[in-house]
Amino acid sequence: MPIWLYILASVIKSAVVLGVLLGAVAYTVWLERKVVGHIQNRWGPTRVGPFGLLQPIADGLKLLVKEDLTPPHVYKPLYIAAPLIAIIFALTSISVIPFGNPITIGGYSIPLQITTDVNTGLLLILGVTSIGVYGVALAGWSSNNKYSLLGGLRASAQMVSYEISLGLSLVGVLIMAGSFSLHDIVDAQAGHFWGFIPRWNIFTGQFVGFFCYLTAAYAETNRIPFDLPEAETELVAGYHTEYSAMKFAMFFMAEYANMITVGCLATLLFFGGWRGPVFGPTILKAVLPVFWFAAKVFVFLFIYIWVRGTLPRFRYDQLMAFGWKVLLPIALVNVIATAIAVVW
Amino acid sequence: MNVHLILFLAFAAVAVAGAVNLLAQTHPINSALSLIAVMAALAGEYLLLGAEFVAALQVIVYAGAVMVLFVFVIMLLNAGVEERTQGSRVAILFGIPGAVLGSVLVAWVVLRHSGTGEVPAGALPGVPATIGPLLFHEFLLPFEITSILILIAIMGAVVLASTPPSAPVPPREEN
Amino acid sequence: MVPLSYYLVLSGILFTCGVVGFLIKRNIITIFMSIELMLNGVNLSFVAFAAHWHALAGQVFVFFVMVVAAAEATVGLAIIIAVYRTRETLNVDQVDLLKL
Repeated sequence: MPIWLYILASVIKSAVVLGVLLGAVAYTVWLERKVVGHIQNRWGPTRVGPFGLLQPIADGLKLLVKEDLTPPHVYKPLYIAAPLIAIIFALTSISVIPFGNPITIGGYSIPLQITTDVNTGLLLILGVTSIGVYGVALAGWSSNNKYSLLGGLRASAQMVSYEISLGLSLVGVLIMAGSFSLHDIVDAQAGHFWGFIPRWNIFTGQFVGFFCYLTAAYAETNRIPFDLPEAETELVAGYHTEYSAMKFAMFFMAEYANMITVGCLATLLFFGGWRGPVFGPTILKAVLPVFWFAAKVFVFLFIYIWVRGTLPRFRYDQLMAFGWKVLLPIALVNVIATAIAVVW
Repeated sequence: MNVHLILFLAFAAVAVAGAVNLLAQTHPINSALSLIAVMAALAGEYLLLGAEFVAALQVIVYAGAVMVLFVFVIMLLNAGVEERTQGSRVAILFGIPGAVLGSVLVAWVVLRHSGTGEVPAGALPGVPATIGPLLFHEFLLPFEITSILILIAIMGAVVLASTPPSAPVPPREEN
Repeated sequence: MVPLSYYLVLSGILFTCGVVGFLIKRNIITIFMSIELMLNGVNLSFVAFAAHWHALAGQVFVFFVMVVAAAEATVGLAIIIAVYRTRETLNVDQVDLLKL
């Protein structure tokens, strides 16, 4: 493929994916407010547009024109850099996620991910998640405020502890697929049992691994039941106490973008990615896998929001004890059991 | 002047700038962030050499866990800006020229006597599938010993960092 | 094509910066970070030689160096916390008496 075509395709893909991702972040906020509202037996936003659908746009405009004040006692370079770090690394991990089979346009095969198929794609996502911890830690420290410092320390300790269980729960999938490349992992889930049950990883033995991954992911993205570092009733607002307007919006967007990345990764690794019934003319055959992928990610976001509306939050020592004493041994046993099952 | 050389020089410039900034800054948090920049640049260099597993490990383990630990301790202990003492002035006066002289000498001898050739981009087969068998066959003993080392380090850190138990309360005397 | 000597020079510069930092810095955490910088410089020359001689063992050595560095950072930072608790300072020039 000539280099100019490659760059053009990458730029178009980046623009489309970023646009869809930022729109999805805004409308995940809407979905959350509606679903949590209905769980709590109230309506959620209904006034701005039909079903409150224009509410995210109103919120975005509000955050843009709000006064962006910087308190005088903060350490300015890190205060400004921390939300940038959070959102840059939240958006970077989308670049290796494939959304469908490679499509052929004019004789060239273009993969449906922003990069080509990186053969250590999963490690890249783990690495980017590890660096995202700095956004939280530096925000807490640079705000020069005891609530923010405590919130930042707690959040970074929690994220680092649950990263281990997150990585280990993915090793089971890696053993079964034999490759770090996300495309190969989805291709290893082809085929059906008995004609109609798809051979997804959750049905072929990674059930425990899936629940380990989901729990560790909730803790990584600081969502209920693990959201003590940013709980409003506990620590004022935790590490983003001193942030207002656009910088706060960047933390908010980074959290929802991380949620979406977790959902994408869960569908790729455990639910067969873009595999689903494909039929019809060629244009439909190219679009349907992306549609199945988006539908599965939507189910994951719904489960995230459902758990948020239902469960109470962990106390911090319960949270750390759970991560180290319960989740880590379960993930290790899962790895050993998968390895024995594969070798036999 | 090919793309490989340009990329190498770009990453090398970031690494050296980060290393010099680590020395120049007075507050430890700035030094820690410069070190993170050095590690990220080195991960780029490893990718240029084709060692992708090592590059990923550098980011996940070094920049993403060890440096988080450093930043954590700096935030916890609230380390302030460091002052110049007499010892540090003497060290700067003699230490910098001495270390630089020693390194230049060693580098000159090494470069003169090693038949260095060219390293093409992506020379190493650095995928995990090739490193794994090495790790579990020829290097099995070091692998197991490092796992015991980590276990000892964890136990040592837990013991050292825990608060010492308060003195036991003497029992009340019953008369 | 990048000559091997360029990689070795970069590794040497990073190592020298680590040594200089170890000598001139007075804050114990910064001294620790200079040690990590030295280890990183050494890792780079391991991988560069592994690429030059097509010996995969160089990469495995980097793996072990990283593990040892992580273990050392853990125990070292725990010691720093213990020292800070008793002596209330992080300046190595002031930790010069065996008795408190």
